[in-house]
Amino acid sequence: MAYALQQLINGITLGMIYGLIAVGYTMVYGIIGMINFAHGDVFMVGAYVGIIVLTAFSGMGLTAVPLGLLVALILAAGLCAIYGYTIERVAYRPLRGSFRLAPLISAIGMSILLENFVQTSQGAKERAIPSLIPGGITLMNENGFVVQLAWMQIAIVITTLVVLGIFTYLVTKTPLGRAMRAVEQDAKMAALLGIDTNRTISMTFVIGAALAAVAGIMFLLYYGVIDFYIGFDAGIKAFTAAVLGGIGSLPGAVLGGLLIGLIEAFWSGYATVAYKDVAVYSILAIVLMFMPTGLLGRNDVEKV
Amino acid sequence: MAARLNANIKDAGSAGLLAFAIFAPFLGLRLHGTTNGLILGYRPELLAIAVALTIAARFLVLTYQARRVHAGRAAWRADKIARSGKFVAPILLICAALMPLIPGIANFYIDLGVLVMTYVMLGWGLNIVVGLAGLLDLGYVAFYAVGAYAFALMAQDFHLGFWECLPLAGIAAAVWGMILGFPVLRLRGDYLAIVTLAFGEIIRLVITNWVSLTGGPNGIYDIPHPSFFGLTFNLEGGPGTFSGFFGLDPDPKQQTTYLYYIIFALALLTNWVTLRLRKLPLGRAWEALREDEIACRSLGINLRNTKLSAFAIGAMFAGFAGCFFATRQAFISPDSFTFIESATVLAIVVLGGVGSQLGVALAALVMIGVPALLQDLSIYRMLFFGIALVVMMVIRPRGFVSTRTPSIALGKRRAISGEMVSEGHG
Repeated sequence: MAYALQQLINGITLGMIYGLIAVGYTMVYGIIGMINFAHGDVFMVGAYVGIIVLTAFSGMGLTAVPLGLLVALILAAGLCAIYGYTIERVAYRPLRGSFRLAPLISAIGMSILLENFVQTSQGAKERAIPSLIPGGITLMNENGFVVQLAWMQIAIVITTLVVLGIFTYLVTKTPLGRAMRAVEQDAKMAALLGIDTNRTISMTFVIGAALAAVAGIMFLLYYGVIDFYIGFDAGIKAFTAAVLGGIGSLPGAVLGGLLIGLIEAFWSGYATVAYKDVAVYSILAIVLMFMPTGLLGRNDVEKV
Repeated sequence: MAARLNANIKDAGSAGLLAFAIFAPFLGLRLHGTTNGLILGYRPELLAIAVALTIAARFLVLTYQARRVHAGRAAWRADKIARSGKFVAPILLICAALMPLIPGIANFYIDLGVLVMTYVMLGWGLNIVVGLAGLLDLGYVAFYAVGAYAFALMAQDFHLGFWECLPLAGIAAAVWGMILGFPVLRLRGDYLAIVTLAFGEIIRLVITNWVSLTGGPNGIYDIPHPSFFGLTFNLEGGPGTFSGFFGLDPDPKQQTTYLYYIIFALALLTNWVTLRLRKLPLGRAWEALREDEIACRSLGINLRNTKLSAFAIGAMFAGFAGCFFATRQAFISPDSFTFIESATVLAIVVLGGVGSQLGVALAALVMIGVPALLQDLSIYRMLFFGIALVVMMVIRPRGFVSTRTPSIALGKRRAISGEMVSEGHG
């Protein structure tokens, strides 16, 4: 029981991070129907910006952890937003309306480019920071097994919920969100009604990248170790989460992320750690076999 | 004119601002690990160079784009390229066939030829799945891995040779193609893509973790090289070896050349089977499936068999290629079968022009051959590979060869634009 509770806590924390990345995938997919393979690498860039900012902070002799984290979060989100904008502008916009596999390959190229850019500029070594928010609450003590809810995990979950809250407000209540939903439904009609589709699509990338940056900082906090390759694994998992939840559906992405996080945590806890990714992918395949559009996806009727 | 110049300068300036933001944390700063944790280094000159280069590049692109090519001239140029294209394929074929026989050619180049030809074969194999049947497969490398491991394990445990195992490896991969094809029959487009990607990862992870069977990350060593009608190749010569039998001086080139012709023949086989299949009802069904799945079903085409056969045949060729890869390397490990391989093969197919056999061969030559020649720049190689993928897609989204000859047509067959073909809609 205690063990399961601990896995539940870990799974939810991990799932929140996946969910944040998955939202970016699902938004981009919903609005222009492409798999943005570079999204996972934007997440990695976010984590790197975070570690650089934190190192700069400690280099300047500042020790206020909350302030450092806040600055890292804002800078990473801002810079990644610029990354998202530039990636869309350089690699995807020229291919809009062209045939479907072209942006996919361009995105894979972008992903390889970002990974190797970071590798060559910052070195291939893993970078580690000491745990910034140590300690936590002891929830339960069962025969010596201590269930701990770390402060860091609370911080991650709260930050994620706040960010997702802001994001939900943005999508459902603001003119930009309305424009985004309109372009998602019918880009041509939205353009006829005076919506600047290019700007809306750019903003989608900007928002998605900022969310990925937040996820990157959370990842850095949680694991404390990053390298240039973390974007690939996390990206694939997050995309799996988006597909599992039904691609194009925002609540689906968060739900999928949580599920993937939980599957991973429980599989590592009760079966073998080595096969945790196999479990994730197998469950994806099984779910899609019976629900070909994911858990919350719309089933579009296709006409000839 | 002046107004445009002004606008261009402004645009290049804002590109510079973006570049500054993008490069500042990564080129301007550098993390250094020390015993007391991380410290930051500064490299302002590198940042300045990067920003200046970006501004210059953006300005040049804008200036170049302003020079619109006259439409008539563009058509004339396209027509000329299409005409000369008729000769490209036979010339390439002859060059490929004679390449290892050029006197004095270094072993390195023949070996590079083997590598390029392996990717040509993989590209043609994937072209069946993506180009003909329109099923987007991001886990093609899984079947390559199945073929390679099937041969390696049979060689290790049953001491079978390359030629006995080649068909078995192909069959094993085809069976896996069907097994993995079943669950995805109902899926379309990107759902299909992600599940095939997941299968590719599953197979790689199982190979990595099933240490008792596959040796795990350490891989399998001492996989035998193929024999030439029972004659082996080695550097000592003597009876029973190729050089001994024919009275030649032993030379590593003999084996490389032999490997080259094996993969050349296998690649040609792939191409020939594809071209023949396009004329059979099965191939026609694939192309119909690519164009419209629902119309296909209404016309009574069995979707299940059509999709499964595409997966199986595509996988079979990947299995052959994998078997060849194992015998060429004599050592395989899960590191050779990562997603990046699938992505490379898919990039070759798309860059060549989906569905175009010639284009795929050209793309493999460019994408595999050129980076291999740039060995001195090895750490920047993948960086350039990524840049090249993006740039080439932006310039030619339809691939090198952007026209297709329809498999079937009323009256005279004419090349049509690739825009009319709807690949990848699953």
